[in-house]
Amino acid sequence: MTLDKLNIGDIAVIKAVNCDSELKNRFYSFGIVKGSKLSVEEITLARSTMEIKIKNTKVAIRLKEASKIELFNEQ
Amino acid sequence: MNNKIIKVALVGQPNVGKSMLINSISNARLKVGNFSGVTVAKEEVYLTYKNYKIEITDLPGAYSLNEYTIEEKVTKEFLDNSPYDIILNVLDSTNLERNLFLTSELLALDKKMIIVLNMIDEAQKENIQIDEKQLSKILGKPCFKTSAAKNIGIQEVLEAIVSKYEDEKLPSKLIFSDVIEEEINNISNLFKDTGFKTNCTYRELALKLLKEDKQTYKIFHDEPIWVKLQPVLNNAFEHLNIHYDTKNVEDIFNDEKFAFAKGAVTEIVKHNISTNKTITEKIDSILIHKIFGIPIFLFLMWGLFQLTFVLGNIPMDMIDTFFASLIDTTKELLGDNEISSIIADGAIAGVGAVILFLPNIVILFLGIALLETTGYMSRVAFLLDGFFHKFGLHGKSFIPLVTGFGCSVPAYMAARTLKNEKDRLLTLFIIGFMSCGARLPIYVLLTGAFFSPENAGNIIFLIYISGALLGLLAAKILKIVVFKSEDEPFVMEMPKYRMPSFKLIRHTVSNQAYMYLKKAGTYILAASLLIWFASNYPKYPLIEEEYSIKIEQAMSEEEQSYLSGKLALHNLENSYLGKIGKFSEPLFEPLGFDWKMSVALETGLAAKEIVVSTLGILYGLGEDNDENSKGLLEKIKNNIPFASAVSFIVFVMIYLPCLAASMVFAKEAGGWKYLGYLFVFTTATAWVFSYIAYNITKLIV
Repeated sequence: MTLDKLNIGDIAVIKAVNCDSELKNRFYSFGIVKGSKLSVEEITLARSTMEIKIKNTKVAIRLKEASKIELFNEQ
Repeated sequence: MNNKIIKVALVGQPNVGKSMLINSISNARLKVGNFSGVTVAKEEVYLTYKNYKIEITDLPGAYSLNEYTIEEKVTKEFLDNSPYDIILNVLDSTNLERNLFLTSELLALDKKMIIVLNMIDEAQKENIQIDEKQLSKILGKPCFKTSAAKNIGIQEVLEAIVSKYEDEKLPSKLIFSDVIEEEINNISNLFKDTGFKTNCTYRELALKLLKEDKQTYKIFHDEPIWVKLQPVLNNAFEHLNIHYDTKNVEDIFNDEKFAFAKGAVTEIVKHNISTNKTITEKIDSILIHKIFGIPIFLFLMWGLFQLTFVLGNIPMDMIDTFFASLIDTTKELLGDNEISSIIADGAIAGVGAVILFLPNIVILFLGIALLETTGYMSRVAFLLDGFFHKFGLHGKSFIPLVTGFGCSVPAYMAARTLKNEKDRLLTLFIIGFMSCGARLPIYVLLTGAFFSPENAGNIIFLIYISGALLGLLAAKILKIVVFKSEDEPFVMEMPKYRMPSFKLIRHTVSNQAYMYLKKAGTYILAASLLIWFASNYPKYPLIEEEYSIKIEQAMSEEEQSYLSGKLALHNLENSYLGKIGKFSEPLFEPLGFDWKMSVALETGLAAKEIVVSTLGILYGLGEDNDENSKGLLEKIKNNIPFASAVSFIVFVMIYLPCLAASMVFAKEAGGWKYLGYLFVFTTATAWVFSYIAYNITKLIV
């Protein structure tokens, strides 16, 4: 499962980040790394952009980019 | 020992209060010199402390040194290549783990460094306790708790800068996890056993080998030790691969930085997490609400817009009157001669036109500064990104575009907030499609001449809207044809909401206003002199004499003004500007423009306000007509065919904004060649659309 499939309020743990190293480094600097826990805070009406919370950081992310973040299936 | 210079590089992630800190440190001794890098500005601040001259360079905010954004490139570039003595690393105490990620990269630079844990007051509020002494031990660098907002710990930091400068540098401690440390040891031991000779430390070499640094491998390839080294390295990589479950060394070391940050935080931070929603979360639940978010944003934008152009108009009128009277007084004092004309009509009028926009600029930048420092800007980008993305624009393009309805000059400057260069260029190119306030008089004049008063307002609204839609369309086309690039990913931090600091906002706004006056002022001064010259020369003394005799002999006042109007027309027609108009007439003929309209368009390159007064002069009236004069409307109606008027409006809507804006555009886009592209692009588009509009209107009417 990938991040773009989640809904508001969902919580999940990152399994892998599948993208080029440039974007991966960007994800890294926000704490979006393997093993981190994140929650989905808000999704725009058109389902184009989402806001996630990871530790103390809130990150806005386009769903296209979110699809590159693979998650462990929710327990 | 007197007045030694200490160069300090101020580095930190965005939104950690760097600018605030620099403000608190330098306090009243602030002297800011702005020198811009490529596009993103670094700021330098000088201050003296204890016989030292401290030079602080405020580097743009960087999440890491990965060169992902322009800011990160500028920062890395500076850290790698510029001379500095000390790194002052600022961290947000409420978000240490993420901030330490950058710190671990800075540690690898192996420079003298001071750690500042800023916003400590906020951390206390959130029940976060930090053991800075322990952090000092872990990092091997002095750490200080500060709050720039509350002026806590600032003195200690200044003191530390001086003592750090005087002290010998200690080796940096960047300790990795046991797995990597073990491999570093293994490799170092091999160097020790064989007595390998090198300028670096064994540890550094081992680390470079593990990081697969190509340069290092090249050197070792030709060394006899390579034979012994190879099996050790193979072994090491095998261990790492198994442990980290990946063969990508970059990933491994990123993981390391993360583990380092995480480890440090668990050791030094005690956090009593409360389950209550934070203030930021509460505000966010309204401001980025699925349904209310966008209406709230539109309302705020509307408010800012109103403020800019309603409130801004009050001082504008005053400035306008002031310069008008200044021009009159100058002319009275100097008499009616060339020098008075060049000073009054050229220099003062030109510079006055720039200062006229200052209130707008100040209010707008105040608004933008508020949006940025409070953290709302990122929310808007979040809300609008989906819509803008459809047209190839980035969520952050909205501010420059909205600003463009007021004046293109601040709009071009506002485009700086865009990180990706192609996104920024694309936005810069379409700002002109948002009809600025200065084009309004032209619309008012022409619609007033051809439409009933009830309809004129709607037509003007239609002009504005179609301009904006055309702009979005142009963005889409430009994105596909010219600025072809992978879509810039949208991954952006949504910082905490913070109360803006009055001091910082005042500093930012006054700095912006100063830069505007300085830049636009120097350029426009030169340009106004040039245009004054082109519209006043060459002189025809014989004809002027002839007219002045005629005017003296004229019976009625009406005839006098008719004659002086005719003289003005003759002079303009035969001035350099008039000659250019005549020369370029064939170019505009297919659009239905005569030479007078052509000249009006060309003078409009200097400023759109000039178009109306040029039309006024050229259509046989005195110089002092404004857009509301009945006579001018009649003349326009009688002299310009309807189709030509429509095509004229379309042309004005699209073609280049004024000279001041063009100069700012070139500056912001990063080169004169871009102004060339913009000129060709807008003129060609304007020509084509005018041509279409002209012919369609001719068919219908």
